[in-house]
Amino acid sequence: MAVHTSQSVAKAAGDDVARGRSRGTGNPPPPSRLRRALSVHWYAWTMVAPVVLVIGVIIGYPLVRGIWLSLTDANERNVARSIGVNEMPATYEFVGVDNYVDALTGTQFLGTLGWTLVWTVSCVAITFSLGMGLANMLNRRFAGRSAYRMALILPWAIPGFVSVFAWRFLYNEDRGLLNKILGGAGIDGIPWLNDPTWAKFSVIAVNVWLGIPFMMVALLGGLQSIPAEQYEAAEMDGATAWQRFRHITLPGLRPVSTTVILLSTIWTFNMFPVIFLLTRGGPGEATQILVTQAYKFSFEISPRDFAQSSTWGVLILVLLMLFAVVYRRVLRTQGDNW
Amino acid sequence: MRRGITATALVAALALAATACGSDEKTEGSKSSGELSGTVTWWDTSTVGSEDKVFKKLAEGFTKKHPKVDVKYVNVPFGEAQNKFKNAAQAGGGAPDVIRSEVAWTPEFADLGYLAPLDGTAALKDESDFLKQAAASTKYKDKTYAVPQVIDSMGIFYNKKIFKDAGVEVPASIDDVKTVSKTIKDKTGKTGLYLRGDDAYWFLSFLYGEGGDLVNASDKTVTVDKPEGVKAFKVVKDLVDSGAAKTDATDGWENMQSSFKDGKVAMMINGPWAVADTLAGNEFKDKTNLGIAPVPAGSAGQGAPQGGHNLAVYAGSKNLDASYAFVEYMTSVETQAQTAGELNLLPTRTSAYAKQQAVDSEIVGFFKPVVETAVERPWIPETGSLFAPLVTEYTKVLTDQTTPEKAASATGDSYRKLLKGWK
Repeated sequence: MAVHTSQSVAKAAGDDVARGRSRGTGNPPPPSRLRRALSVHWYAWTMVAPVVLVIGVIIGYPLVRGIWLSLTDANERNVARSIGVNEMPATYEFVGVDNYVDALTGTQFLGTLGWTLVWTVSCVAITFSLGMGLANMLNRRFAGRSAYRMALILPWAIPGFVSVFAWRFLYNEDRGLLNKILGGAGIDGIPWLNDPTWAKFSVIAVNVWLGIPFMMVALLGGLQSIPAEQYEAAEMDGATAWQRFRHITLPGLRPVSTTVILLSTIWTFNMFPVIFLLTRGGPGEATQILVTQAYKFSFEISPRDFAQSSTWGVLILVLLMLFAVVYRRVLRTQGDNW
Repeated sequence: MRRGITATALVAALALAATACGSDEKTEGSKSSGELSGTVTWWDTSTVGSEDKVFKKLAEGFTKKHPKVDVKYVNVPFGEAQNKFKNAAQAGGGAPDVIRSEVAWTPEFADLGYLAPLDGTAALKDESDFLKQAAASTKYKDKTYAVPQVIDSMGIFYNKKIFKDAGVEVPASIDDVKTVSKTIKDKTGKTGLYLRGDDAYWFLSFLYGEGGDLVNASDKTVTVDKPEGVKAFKVVKDLVDSGAAKTDATDGWENMQSSFKDGKVAMMINGPWAVADTLAGNEFKDKTNLGIAPVPAGSAGQGAPQGGHNLAVYAGSKNLDASYAFVEYMTSVETQAQTAGELNLLPTRTSAYAKQQAVDSEIVGFFKPVVETAVERPWIPETGSLFAPLVTEYTKVLTDQTTPEKAASATGDSYRKLLKGWK
């Protein structure tokens, strides 16, 4: 991590400076840490400044504003607007943490959070296991291997909304291909998106389909970096295929798999397009995840509730940060250093 | 690789921000020579594939009268237009000059300050010619913020051929719908009614039919969770559970239209806006196969909602004068007579009903008395907000996620949150 390196470098530099300075009396007091850091690293700081500035404008400002809005009762009716002849000043007020109390004590946030967790865990678990299986299958020499790889990467190559719309056609209860196939086999059509439980199943299926390529490619890369000698040695010692997988492949993939699981969890947790385009969070609110619900507050209900939407957004951020911190803690105690 | 992605994302975000800021075209309508000029962007929300063609043609006809005005016709899907307009209007960029605003949206947009008042402008001509019912939704706090374009209500659309095959009569009540549907299923294997399940507007005729209503504006009470409201939820649930009706939680419009047009269902509840699209279907190559009758009566009688669309001018429009003239042109007697003739839409001007095209249209003739007795909603700023909480509960009831009682009380609770101080 960048944080570690920068600290150690600064420390090392600081030591350098301290050693290089004569300790005669009557000298001006040693400059402050900040000034020392600036004088030693001024070049690095200038190089980083534009990036910091851009990130500050693009991420920092909206973030701060979002946090501010979540502490007010801002909605469409009371924010400032100036439209042609109509001038309306802002009349929203600071309400402290009321929005957070409402969210965390109400049933809606916790209910949505419950489904969001189910959705995230099942999507990540399924994509990871399927991706792992496919990566292992493709990690050997056979005819047409590259064609298979291309075919499996395809879902990744298609723009997300295009594939989601294609799935929506497939899922259509009356005219969708899936139910036509079932009908041909004499099975009753399934209400893919019209029944809450099936809708949950359907959105997970689409997200898994979309997520497998990334997992597969990443794990394939990991597999190819495991030295073949280890397998050979294990085979000489008479290890079964399962033992080889369990004791060589999995530990060998650790650096890759921990990273992809972390990324995939964060992405899935906030996977807006699949839910929004496939079911709009419906039927009812059955498949609404935190992000789509926050969007709904801000853009779909009227009057549009900016405060509640921001509150949910901040809570999502906090949850994901907690997750990332805990995840890294757990890994570090297991001896990974990253 | 990840860094590459981040960099690309940043660049893309910057580019987006730049284009968003740069898309504010300055279109100054000059009036020095007394001639209108500039661009008028119109967001139309009519049904794509049928109505939109006619409206586009009409809108572009405006340039014949005003050659220096450039009309930009944009069709925005009806389901998204309300939010899309609000987002654009508040941001102050990307909003159209003229919007086709549904009757319930009009007071809300006006209350939010997004619309230009039209009193005393060129947009309003012969005000007394408009039907009172149609004009009601355009008034807010003693000012007029829109001009009525079409008025509508709902009825049962039925497929005469299927009815003949099954030997049934047009249902007059909800109970009739159930018996008729059963006979149709037994005799032809088809479903009786398609009940649209992803739009709360389709719930209203059942609610009014039981004698219920969403809110009562005169004594500021929420009425949706009264026993009548619960009963209405029970009625729609029973229609679906008994197999008399089928429904969808998504893509309701497309599924309803296609299953009716292909003769998979015998009936649907719909309004004049669906006529042109329906007549384009396979089953209705012979136009006389489409029958339209009043909505089935509930236990308290018949109740169809009164709806329609107005044309409103965005307060931040850079070209107000041309926009006023455009609204006047689109709501004129001639234009309304044309849409009545080509699309069977109901005019909002009394004098347009006397025009030959309107007189010749049977559907206009059928709906006119229906509209006159239709139930009006209160034209308060919150009317446009009442559907969002309702549709969630309505869909939940139809998909067995909640009971009618719970749905009614949950909707009522949301309304009380929305309407501060209402009982």
